[in-house]
Amino acid sequence: MSDTHDELGFWRTYVFSTDHKTIGIQYGITALVFLFFGFSLMMMMRWQLAYPGEAIPIIGGLLGESSVDKGAMLPNFYNQLGAMHGTIMVFMGIVPLAVGAFGNFVVPLQIGAVDMAFPRLNMMSYQAFVIGGIVMLSSFFLPGGAASSGWTSYAPLSITATTGQTFWLIGMIFLIASSLLGALNFIVTILHLRAPGLTFFRLPFFVWSQLVTAFLLLLAFPPLQAAAVFQLMDRLAGTSFFLPSGLVVGGEPLAAVGGGSPLLWQHLFWFLAHPEVYVLILPGMGIVAEVIANNTRKPLWGYRPMVYSLLFLGFLSFGVWAHHMYMTGMGTTMSTFFQITTMIISIPSVIILTCLAISLWGGAIRFTVPMLFALAFLPMFGIGGLTGLPLGLAAPDAHFHDTYYVIGHFHYVVAPGTIFAMFAGIYYWYPKATGRALNVTLGKLHFWLSLIFMNGVFMPMMFEGMAGVSRRLFDPTIYEHGAAVHGLTMMTSWSAWCLALAQIPFIINFFMSMRKKERAQENPWQATTLEWATPTPPPHGNFTEPPVVYCGPYEYSVPGAPNDFTPQHVKRES
Amino acid sequence: MSELVIPYRTEPHPVTGVTSGKLGIWLFLASEVMLFGALFSSYVLLRVGVLQEHWPLGVEAGLNVPIGTFNTIVLITSSITMVMAWASLKMDNVGAYKKYFAATIALGLLFLVIKGFEYGDKFSHHIFPATGWPGAGDPSPFYGLYFTFTGLHALHVALGILVNLWLLIWGTALFKTDPECFTGRIEIAGLYWHFVDLVWIFLFPVLYLL
Amino acid sequence: MNESELAHFKQHLRVYLAVFIALAVLTVVTVAISYLDLPTGYAITVAMVVATVKAFLVAGYFMHLVTEQKVIHWLLALSAAFLVFLFVLPLVTELGNGPLWTG
Repeated sequence: MSDTHDELGFWRTYVFSTDHKTIGIQYGITALVFLFFGFSLMMMMRWQLAYPGEAIPIIGGLLGESSVDKGAMLPNFYNQLGAMHGTIMVFMGIVPLAVGAFGNFVVPLQIGAVDMAFPRLNMMSYQAFVIGGIVMLSSFFLPGGAASSGWTSYAPLSITATTGQTFWLIGMIFLIASSLLGALNFIVTILHLRAPGLTFFRLPFFVWSQLVTAFLLLLAFPPLQAAAVFQLMDRLAGTSFFLPSGLVVGGEPLAAVGGGSPLLWQHLFWFLAHPEVYVLILPGMGIVAEVIANNTRKPLWGYRPMVYSLLFLGFLSFGVWAHHMYMTGMGTTMSTFFQITTMIISIPSVIILTCLAISLWGGAIRFTVPMLFALAFLPMFGIGGLTGLPLGLAAPDAHFHDTYYVIGHFHYVVAPGTIFAMFAGIYYWYPKATGRALNVTLGKLHFWLSLIFMNGVFMPMMFEGMAGVSRRLFDPTIYEHGAAVHGLTMMTSWSAWCLALAQIPFIINFFMSMRKKERAQENPWQATTLEWATPTPPPHGNFTEPPVVYCGPYEYSVPGAPNDFTPQHVKRES
Repeated sequence: MSELVIPYRTEPHPVTGVTSGKLGIWLFLASEVMLFGALFSSYVLLRVGVLQEHWPLGVEAGLNVPIGTFNTIVLITSSITMVMAWASLKMDNVGAYKKYFAATIALGLLFLVIKGFEYGDKFSHHIFPATGWPGAGDPSPFYGLYFTFTGLHALHVALGILVNLWLLIWGTALFKTDPECFTGRIEIAGLYWHFVDLVWIFLFPVLYLL
Repeated sequence: MNESELAHFKQHLRVYLAVFIALAVLTVVTVAISYLDLPTGYAITVAMVVATVKAFLVAGYFMHLVTEQKVIHWLLALSAAFLVFLFVLPLVTELGNGPLWTG
């Protein structure tokens, strides 16, 4: 890496770089740190749930008086942890990792571009992301602590909350700006900078998933931006966009003017947040598709239906959001409408998942570490998706709404789903990014332990939810039905802590492998897509000569070809 | 490090038929459409949520329609000077471009100054974003919407003025070395400026007249 | 730009001027109508029709949408579709309930 960047010096090379690969790695490392931080918040909450009212070991003594009482967690601090866990994981962890890191690093390489279309804008998106992240984290040090109204920040609770909520809103505005600039950049890059011969239906599925994701970010985020501005006005200028008249808080009538609507916030929030769910999962599906095609040594089964499903999914994801709001008293007509669109949108997801599963059929599967994660993704995401169906129907939702069942459902989608896909991507592209391969034994250890404990965390939640335990409770054991399932809570908590330990092999592997002497080959996985046609690691400008594309993305085991893989840039003799 | 040559900066892409910059600004404007769309959608939802006699006409709420009309004309005029600035560059007339572009910036500033006086007038009558209309009973958040909408719009105007000022003072030198690239930049700045004008075209009747 | 192109381009300038005059006139018209004190429904319809016409003039001629490439039209059509979702769905959902949040 050093030889191509000599003239620029440390700051321009590593901190204010405009190179998409450096920015991708910056995003990746920052997002992984945030992910681990968000996970740590959750581990503290799990202590309170497993051992209510008992002093938190070690950490309990380090926290301030406003957070803990003699080492035992206070309810308000618990609420802060819950709200910030959700916010950090979604907006500062997964999205920057899936889109910022993998999108930035891989997309220009896979389409044969020298860089993103707007390199300086790319740098600015990363900076906006970091500023937003810092604002969010700094809110823990405010009087009253960080935001505590849930990651959804429902009004009117969020309007009357402490200053942490204002920081949450300002942080969100930066994170949204970052995503918008990034999304715009991805769309222009993918539309304009494809190598000659790389037509739309020769694009790797991962690039398609990033393109659709970018459109979702671009068009779904602005309404939340507007909502954040409204909520800031409500909090700072005393307006009442989200405050109805005659509101009584804690027995006292609220001084605000009134005339607003709390449901307005929910509509604007979920207008973003439902497409956001697809932003979380689509890049994961893209990575899994790449890894599966590569390790089964055969073309993806049903590439075109997968692409059409992706487009349909993206479009329809804008019309299902109110299935998060069945309990707001909406009429039966509109509830029916949203139930129908919700059922329809499950079809393309199932098509994609089925195509990926059928792709395995008859393949000579290589059980590499990325492939293990990709294979685990399929049933894990399947569980997450299928448990979502009862939530998409208003009648069962009346029972499941706001219980641990919901938590179990969407964590199956994003934790053993998306995060496993992210791990698959890290193991898959690490050799390209660093020029060193990750250790296989540590990788397999990481995989099996993570798989076991992920399920140990989220499976019990399904049963707790069915028993009716609310997701917001500080201490569920105060209720009989909560105390009855306390064993499951203990299981979740211990699994969560073990899951943290299971990440140690990964962290060791991640840093130790970088210092290995042995260099990785240019194309260690014998893959077909363009990113493997670059030197390892790719220099500034990526390709030694501009690539030209002659065939589709997954030409594996082509009869008559000299190898079992035919790279896209290699012209075939016919 | 040698500067990378990223294609389609000035020449249109063969498939899309536009330059990267133009596609980029239109994508940005599409997201802006969603931003202001959300504001107007909220307006509708809030308006149908209160008693209709509690939603004031602009005049009833003390908004000054003649001044608002004048400001609309100011913004429309700045749009035509903007398009003339771009057209002058197309015709290779840098002198005319400078005059028209400076006029655009001046008109933008005039718009903000008038807006500032309107705000000052409201404040002097003790009307703030938190003020309900009518004062008693079950009020509507009309003033909140008025200040938020016009404030956000004014922020967009201010941003446009800053970019235009930068282009006029420091950017114009590029015209000598790469006229096509610079004309493209002015076109992009223009697209943004016209969009801000377009938003006002809806804001003005919604807040002042209805 | 050669002579004939320049002559052709100068015709654009006349179009810009015409659009500008139309915009100014429509502004005056919409204000004038507001003084007629039409019933709210009519007033809203008329004002929105006038504003939409003005918006099309600005977008079509100042922003060159009339002669713009298809990709831009498709992009705007996409955001227009989502805009319809954003306007219609919350409104229909909440109206279906009756005015829930009125005092």
